[in-house]
Amino acid sequence: MQNPDNAIQLISLGSFDKNLMLNTTKALEKIFGRIVYYQQVYQDLSVFFDANRRQYNGNQLLQFINENYAKEGTKTVGLVNVDLFIPILTFIYGQAYLNGNSGIASMYRLGNERYGLKPNPQILEERFIKEVVHELGHCYGLIHCHQPDCVMRSSTYVEDIDQKNSTFCSHCRNLL
Amino acid sequence: MRKKISLLIVDDEESVRDSLFNWFIEDGYSVSCAENAKTALKMIEEDQFDIILSDIKMPGMDGLEMLGRIKAMNENAIVIMMTAFATVDTAVQALKEGAFDYVTKPFDPDDLSHLIRNASRQIILKDENENLREKVISLENVHDIIGSSPEMQQVLREVESVAQSNASVIITGESGTGKELIARAIHANSSRRLFPLVSVHCGALTESLLESELFGHEKGAFTGAVYNRKGRFEMADSGTIFLDEIATISMKMQIELLRVLETKTFMRVGGTKQIHSDFRVICATNRDLKKMVDAGTFREDLYYRLNVVNIFIPPLRDRKEDIPLLANYFIDKFCKSMSRSKITIDPTAMKRLQEFDFPGNVRELENMIERAIVIGNGKEIKVKDLPIQSQSPVSNIESLEDLEKAHIVSILQKYEWNISRSSKALGVDRVTLYNKIKKYDLKAPE
Repeated sequence: MQNPDNAIQLISLGSFDKNLMLNTTKALEKIFGRIVYYQQVYQDLSVFFDANRRQYNGNQLLQFINENYAKEGTKTVGLVNVDLFIPILTFIYGQAYLNGNSGIASMYRLGNERYGLKPNPQILEERFIKEVVHELGHCYGLIHCHQPDCVMRSSTYVEDIDQKNSTFCSHCRNLL
Repeated sequence: MRKKISLLIVDDEESVRDSLFNWFIEDGYSVSCAENAKTALKMIEEDQFDIILSDIKMPGMDGLEMLGRIKAMNENAIVIMMTAFATVDTAVQALKEGAFDYVTKPFDPDDLSHLIRNASRQIILKDENENLREKVISLENVHDIIGSSPEMQQVLREVESVAQSNASVIITGESGTGKELIARAIHANSSRRLFPLVSVHCGALTESLLESELFGHEKGAFTGAVYNRKGRFEMADSGTIFLDEIATISMKMQIELLRVLETKTFMRVGGTKQIHSDFRVICATNRDLKKMVDAGTFREDLYYRLNVVNIFIPPLRDRKEDIPLLANYFIDKFCKSMSRSKITIDPTAMKRLQEFDFPGNVRELENMIERAIVIGNGKEIKVKDLPIQSQSPVSNIESLEDLEKAHIVSILQKYEWNISRSSKALGVDRVTLYNKIKKYDLKAPE
């Protein structure tokens, strides 16, 4: 029987497609073997908006999730659909506290339409699941992996995300 | 495997420090942060960081001043400068001061990863290079010279002290005593060790070949000289040239060699340009050069030019306590090279080795051990595996008289028929020895 104390919690700040969230939850349960809770919250994200960069501050958002939703023993990932940055990088897909309790993941740059292509909900879902699994991996203490198909491989572009699997390589799985 | 690459992030903005910290921690680096240059310098003094990533504009000491101070402490430090206000002037200044790279905030995630990966690669290559250098040096190290006898310990002490100087060295000793190994050890322990050690076996070359070999030649200098070729003196620039069997070179070559040793300049065969080379000379011979000087077959001025330091390697028969050590060393060496499990040596076989005189010295012992391992049972070297079993002076002798005769002959041979030394070794007076020589009708070799 799965232990509810070792659960995974997904918090969406903004609206996400129901099917997408259902499939993401199922995929996470299968990959991590833990109970996954999903909760939608209403939060004004404008407090994280940086007018100079016209993006949302990922550091502040991560801190907000950690302070307001994270629980000891549970890994919490905040999900957003806005463009995230951190002061030194032009953009990020997500970030997490290494070996911590929380992370964030953004869907903003994952859709084909951002790159002038036809929307593809299937590909979007796959990329989204991979990003959430990747950030959860960091929460569980995993660092970036050099295996090309491991979900913990660092991804700069969506093409990089497409090349990897949504699962861990044997080395990373053993470390989990 | 290499340790984790360590990074130090220096920036007055907390959000930048935190962002970089999180980013690099996820990449598996060991990350530390400092909020200003002063703290960073203190941390660098106390700890070693592989890569320092620093902002340029900071209150108090700025990044460029800090860069200068870091470089003064460690000129190989990899420092990457970051700025939000990029100007060509600051970029040029940072690179002139020795920065590894210069980046503008915010970076593209890919650029940042590439930047750090390149810096890490440089660090890994540098480490690898240093390790390989150490390995190469250790391959030529004094540790390969085995010997616990006082005679060999003295040789090793001489090697150590002479290695630090630039003096010419003559190594003397019988064939097979390891003269080239000693030359390598001198070179490997000298300040020239990172430059080549060039060996020339003078005895193996005719006069004209030796000339072309030592000085090089220009294309067309003689039939067959189809291209320009560097000589050994030129190749040994900043390093050491080892001239083996120096006693065999002709009088003409001796004059040329003396001139080169004095001026360190020479011309290639068929060339017109003076070439300068900074080399150290180590020579080896199994002949008595002083006697050759007296006999007029070796130039006195060249002898004194070469003979600044003389290292004599005693023959193996005069340091028999080294035999077990050497035998075990060669057993280990050959077992490893033949991928065999460890072989031991039977005490009787070892005793027999210690009784043998080894006219071919260490080389003969080495060959003997190699042969014994090849033909032996693969577990233990027995007396029957050694080619000296039938040569034992005791084996065919039955009478005491024959034994006495054989012993006197061997002692006389050992001391080159010097009656005083031989009688002293035998523990008898000179008259007794003369009487024995007469009794057994012994004759000195011509």
